[in-house]
Amino acid sequence: MSASTANTIASYTGKKLGSLRSERRWALWTAYASLIVATIIFLAPPFYMLVTSLKSSSEISNLSGNPWLVRAPTLENYKELIANPLFRGFFVNSVIITLCVVAISMVISVLAAFSLARMKFWGSQALATGVFLTYLVPDTLLFIPLYQIVGSLGLLNSIWGLILIYPTLTVPFCTWIMIGYFASIPKELDEAALIDGAGWMQMLTKIFIPVALPGIIAATIFAFTVSWAAFVYPTAFVTTPEHMPLTIGVVSQLIRGDTFAWGQIMAGALMAALPPVVVYAFLMDYYIAGLTAGATKG
Amino acid sequence: MAADGTLVAGAPAAAGSGRANTMQRFARRRSTIAFLMALPLIALIGGLVVYPAGYAMWLSTLNRRMTANIGLGNFEILLESDTFWMVIMQSCIFAVGAVIAKALIGFWLAHMLHHIPAKGQRKWRGMLLIPWVIPPALSTLGWWWMFDPSYSSINWLLNIFAVPAVPWLGEPWWARFSVILVNVWYGSPFFMIMYLAALKSVPDQLYEAAAIDGATGWQGLRYVTLPMMQNIISITVLFSLIVTFANYDIVRVLTNGGPRDLTQVFASYAFQVGILSGNLPRGAAVSLFMFPVLAVFAYFILRGINRRNKEQM
Repeated sequence: MSASTANTIASYTGKKLGSLRSERRWALWTAYASLIVATIIFLAPPFYMLVTSLKSSSEISNLSGNPWLVRAPTLENYKELIANPLFRGFFVNSVIITLCVVAISMVISVLAAFSLARMKFWGSQALATGVFLTYLVPDTLLFIPLYQIVGSLGLLNSIWGLILIYPTLTVPFCTWIMIGYFASIPKELDEAALIDGAGWMQMLTKIFIPVALPGIIAATIFAFTVSWAAFVYPTAFVTTPEHMPLTIGVVSQLIRGDTFAWGQIMAGALMAALPPVVVYAFLMDYYIAGLTAGATKG
Repeated sequence: MAADGTLVAGAPAAAGSGRANTMQRFARRRSTIAFLMALPLIALIGGLVVYPAGYAMWLSTLNRRMTANIGLGNFEILLESDTFWMVIMQSCIFAVGAVIAKALIGFWLAHMLHHIPAKGQRKWRGMLLIPWVIPPALSTLGWWWMFDPSYSSINWLLNIFAVPAVPWLGEPWWARFSVILVNVWYGSPFFMIMYLAALKSVPDQLYEAAAIDGATGWQGLRYVTLPMMQNIISITVLFSLIVTFANYDIVRVLTNGGPRDLTQVFASYAFQVGILSGNLPRGAAVSLFMFPVLAVFAYFILRGINRRNKEQM
């Protein structure tokens, strides 16, 4: 709607003011055309996954007709998956892992960020740089030594091994953006608190956490999405189906032999992708703030 | 510096010598508390990042059974194998190709998004970021299905325009292209969001001044937008190079390294050698080959961020 009104305004004024206005109108048209094309391409794979998940196996294997349309939609694939105890197990594992990792990450990173942003100690500057460098270490660089370490602790094929290792993916970035948020809180606030006799812990819980709440929400969302989507570590550390989280479970266990149950695979992938998408849909602004904070803050 | 500021302000101006003493103790106590608060973080980084990194280096010098130290033997064997040179080449093609495409598409879309009326931007941005939100291992499953040799829905579309069917994952070059394509699809929204944030931070007055001086739209882009965004562009590109270079999910799900190990990148090859074939030391050596490249990128990112912080002060 806004598109059409903007265009009519542009065309009205275009007649009056000549080439400059018509140039603007063209720019607007190009912008909308590019955005429409990009949106179609960006949303085509999830759309096709949805279409496939609503088809029965016979409709999928029927090669006549448009594969992008569904003729006899059925929820059979979803029903079968939800009734499957293995798939429900993946879901439960993912939920437990993610909740634990988010809680651990937030406690570690809020405490550390407060201490690094406000209190300072010998070597704290170097530690802040170290935190950022740790964030740049990809999971695929260290998964083999970590495999040995997790193995020596007897935590292979267990969700606790993953809960131990995932914070290396989440804590550095969470700490980094929390340092940025904490550093932006005016110093007058802590001075006032000190004069009123507040201790450091009180200062953190009564002033810093409430004031930096948007940052905390953004960091929590980041920790949630990262631990939900983690793939390298579970693939390496977990080979028993009953201990798998969703990502590797859907990828490795729903595919059996030569006959692919495509409808079910797609239904499983979509259900597994749902939690991060829902979080994103409701908390988009925080999500984006967390995404861009790495380079624009801190 | 900031710590001293709070200290001075916290104490009354007329502080006697006895007072200064307690203040000193307070400061000492404060740094102790600060250290304790950062301790879990230090333990995490030390125990699960620094220690494994050192351990990886030691591990990579062992033989397969981990019974004897063979020095740089694993690295030598790798450098002598043709497969490993293919892995190096493919990793570079993959990372450079994907990052260039992501950067260009992201820049273009961010510009287009910036040009439309502010009211509609939110809606478009929300839809365009969806590929980034879906866990990549899962969305790649969808792509895999779209690339399926007999049921490919992309080939069906191409067929309408009388384009012959493409063997997406069967032929080496097409498989390489497909892996890059999926990565570009997944990563472009991230570039778009970063650039959009940067575009919004360029003050309008600069464009007004440029327009008064008679600058065309292209000149505005070249002499105002790009210099103002230079820093963010380089940070985003370097960051994405690291992530893309070390990518595993897409190759694992889409091709699993095939056909004939030709789409294998460092991460997937390390996984195959180290975990699947059980040669942990050599797998660790494969991973470590990424380290120098990543270290160089990380150095430049850090430099860019420090420079940015100085500018803002």
